[in-house]
Amino acid sequence: MLLDVLIVDDSAAIRKIVQRVLRQAELPLGQIYEAGDGLEALKALESQKVDLILADINMPNMDGLQLLERIKSHDQWKQLPVVMVTTEGSESKVMAAAKMGAVGYVRKPFSAEQFRQTLDGIFAV
Amino acid sequence: MKTLDHAKVTDAVRVATREVFSMMMGLEVEAEPAYEEANSTGNVDGVVALIGLAGQWTGGGVVQCDAPLARKFYASLLMTECDPANEGISEEVLDAVAEIANMIIGNVKNAMERDLGPIGLGIPSVVYGRNFTTRSAGSNWIVNPFVCDGGRLLVKFCLTPPMNAAGGPAELLGREFPRKHPAIA
Repeated sequence: MLLDVLIVDDSAAIRKIVQRVLRQAELPLGQIYEAGDGLEALKALESQKVDLILADINMPNMDGLQLLERIKSHDQWKQLPVVMVTTEGSESKVMAAAKMGAVGYVRKPFSAEQFRQTLDGIFAV
Repeated sequence: MKTLDHAKVTDAVRVATREVFSMMMGLEVEAEPAYEEANSTGNVDGVVALIGLAGQWTGGGVVQCDAPLARKFYASLLMTECDPANEGISEEVLDAVAEIANMIIGNVKNAMERDLGPIGLGIPSVVYGRNFTTRSAGSNWIVNPFVCDGGRLLVKFCLTPPMNAAGGPAELLGREFPRKHPAIA
């Protein structure tokens, strides 16, 4: 099965780096979509089917936790695995993301190996 | 009352900066002695990325470098080349410096939260220009210079404590750094 992935981050540089790291991790990748904030991510989800969402927390317009809340309250999307990829290390925000249904957390800065290990735990690839 | 430990700030800045540069960019940074700076940076040529910090403690972080170094950072972060004929700063370079600032200041914030309680991290703003001045109302900056790839990077951090019972800012303790960079003191 090929994984279609949605990367949500307000930094174009980070979106490119995450794409590169995903490829380095030799995951069975399909399409990769990008969004610059939570609102763009919701628009993308309305038109594209994805298997995994990698989302930053601190973003303008709609942040990662708000996005996560919207995804988990949506009938079609609530089963989608969401991994937070973020600088944010506040215990309260990390715990909030976990309680809201995030399945993983990758702290920036990250290595390809850390990314791979997190995704291994989710997909057992 | 909780106080800002400047030595801890410097340790956190050095750890975060080394980690970001080594893990994300494959670059080494060499730390120089930290110092304290008044809230006006004087004349700046280059790129300055600023991030606000909010909560009971308020302040911000700055990452500052010249244009050639900013282009090197972009090229290292994205594993690409900058056009050597183009000495300007593109949107992509500004975005890369903003993200570097986000990662460094965000991780310093995470470290300081253990002593000071929750602190919110803002969205970075980045400025490129010549002969400009930045100013921030509040306490002095703790400035950590680094040498990287032949250039000089400055990482600045400041936090102002919560108001005391009388409504004034609580006193900062631990100002153990010189007022000016040792090289010009």
